[in-house]
Amino acid sequence: MSTHDPVRFIAKNLRVDLALIAGMIAPRSRVLDIGCGDGTLIDHLFQTKQCDARGIEIDMAEVTRAVAHGLPVMHGDADIDLEHYPDGAFDYVVLSRALQAVERPRAVLRQMLRIGTRAVVSFPNFGHWQVRLQLLITGRMPMTATWDRPWHETPNIHPCTIRDFFDLCEQDGYVVEQWLAADDGGRRAPWRRFSRLANLFGEQGVFLLRHR
Amino acid sequence: MDQPAISTDVVHSHATFEDGIALECGAVLRRHTVAFRTYGTLNAERSNAILVCHALTGDQYAAERHPVTGKPGWWDAVVGPGRPVDTDRFFVICPNVLGGCMGSTGPLSLRDNTDSHAGEPWGTDFPPITIRDMVRAQKQLIEHLGIRRLFAVIGGSMGGMQVLQWAALYPDAVFAALPIATASYHSAQNIAFHEVGRQAIFADPDWQNGRYWQSGRIPARGLAVARMCAHITYLSEEALTRKFGRRLQNAPKDNSEAISLFGEMFEVESYLRHQGSTFVQRFDANSYLTITRAMDYFDLAADSGGDLAAAFRGTRTRFLLVSFTSDWLFPTSQSRSIARALNRAGANVSFVEIPSDKGHDAFLLDEPDFHRTVAGFLRGCAIHAGLSK
Repeated sequence: MSTHDPVRFIAKNLRVDLALIAGMIAPRSRVLDIGCGDGTLIDHLFQTKQCDARGIEIDMAEVTRAVAHGLPVMHGDADIDLEHYPDGAFDYVVLSRALQAVERPRAVLRQMLRIGTRAVVSFPNFGHWQVRLQLLITGRMPMTATWDRPWHETPNIHPCTIRDFFDLCEQDGYVVEQWLAADDGGRRAPWRRFSRLANLFGEQGVFLLRHR
Repeated sequence: MDQPAISTDVVHSHATFEDGIALECGAVLRRHTVAFRTYGTLNAERSNAILVCHALTGDQYAAERHPVTGKPGWWDAVVGPGRPVDTDRFFVICPNVLGGCMGSTGPLSLRDNTDSHAGEPWGTDFPPITIRDMVRAQKQLIEHLGIRRLFAVIGGSMGGMQVLQWAALYPDAVFAALPIATASYHSAQNIAFHEVGRQAIFADPDWQNGRYWQSGRIPARGLAVARMCAHITYLSEEALTRKFGRRLQNAPKDNSEAISLFGEMFEVESYLRHQGSTFVQRFDANSYLTITRAMDYFDLAADSGGDLAAAFRGTRTRFLLVSFTSDWLFPTSQSRSIARALNRAGANVSFVEIPSDKGHDAFLLDEPDFHRTVAGFLRGCAIHAGLSK
């Protein structure tokens, strides 16, 4: 189908990541999942938590697959389409492993917390020790299980670390209600209190935010 | 062109409304008839009804052999047992629009008022109607059938306009709405193409100011040209190239209406002529004028102070918008702007653009992705509506 479409989002171990996100979402809430892929999370939230969950996805083949499964998903772009939603339309707005791939991450976060009471954001951590070590030793762009594409082909144009993300939340006035670092298998890392350690050993960060 | 004979002796199943209908233009039809077909069975709760709205030149024969043309139903690919709109599960109603010529009240119908024209067809005196008038007539039919809420309303092109109008006008009576390959207003380009078609009809000497029943000669030439022009807009350049390219075929002998070179003509010319000549056998010219005008008038946002979102504010209807990549008559940008307006209104909206090289007509043709999308959306909605299998 749309093989020429750019692959924008990393989708490795998606289900594990989504399980962590789903754990942060209250039953029967209104949820918008940005970059929802084939709608795995919204289906899960409807089936297990009776949420009114909807999705936006940029890859048309994924949108078609989701709608053909009976899921409310529309074709759209996180950088463009969020502005069309009214204030406070959702209890949660989810951005799973896509923050690093959007054109304007700050603007997208701002929109998420305008249209939703809370935002759930997950992203692969560029501060992981393997990434640091590879760059230090080889002097080349790191290639790991998470960051698995050459620099000239990666859709991930805005990588950040867990500490970077904390800084951004501070700067833009978002309260971090919950956060966790996890490895790629989705196992929670035991460095909840020590963000520096999480930043070194966590392969991804998952954050629950609200406005100050 | 030979004078075709329009078959008027077919009796279409219908309901007649003695209370009539007050039209948006202010005129009142004292009584009117809605011709319709149904497929499948209405369940005991009367909760499984799907209304199918036809396009400009469609009619109520969506899923069966057409009694006039003998051709298969225009949406056989979508409506039927085991099809995306599954008649084993849903009760499908397809009415002929108000202003149409397949049994519903329109310019071909006899006037029933008591003035001096009694006993004559309406012709061009038929009041201008709107998409909203069509929908209000359909609402009368639905109530007549004892249905309070439709599980879904679905239609493409002008049918999609009716779907949008249904959702805006009767939000509580529509659980799911599927506007396909459509727009919330008719664009200047669309109006322009319609005007070419109308002028072709007016230019035919057999049109006779619309009173062609008097001479018994219908404006077949003008109506055929209108159809030929419109038909080009329903296809894409790719589809025309794929189907015909620059291939030649023998021109009809002794034909003063063809510019033939060494006795040959382009296949695409022959195809368009065929489209034109078969169309006039089943469609009334005054009906074509009335319905194209209704489409041109359509601007749903204008009815809500210019804000399309306001037309859907507070709606609980679930929407599925579908467009096709090669449709330049109702392009994806039109569906996308409807989707965004629905987002602004906080509506539950799914929106897919289906890759196809078949142009606007794609919604009528074999497009497996489109069919899977419609089937899945309806299945999902049935779960949310609590509709049992």
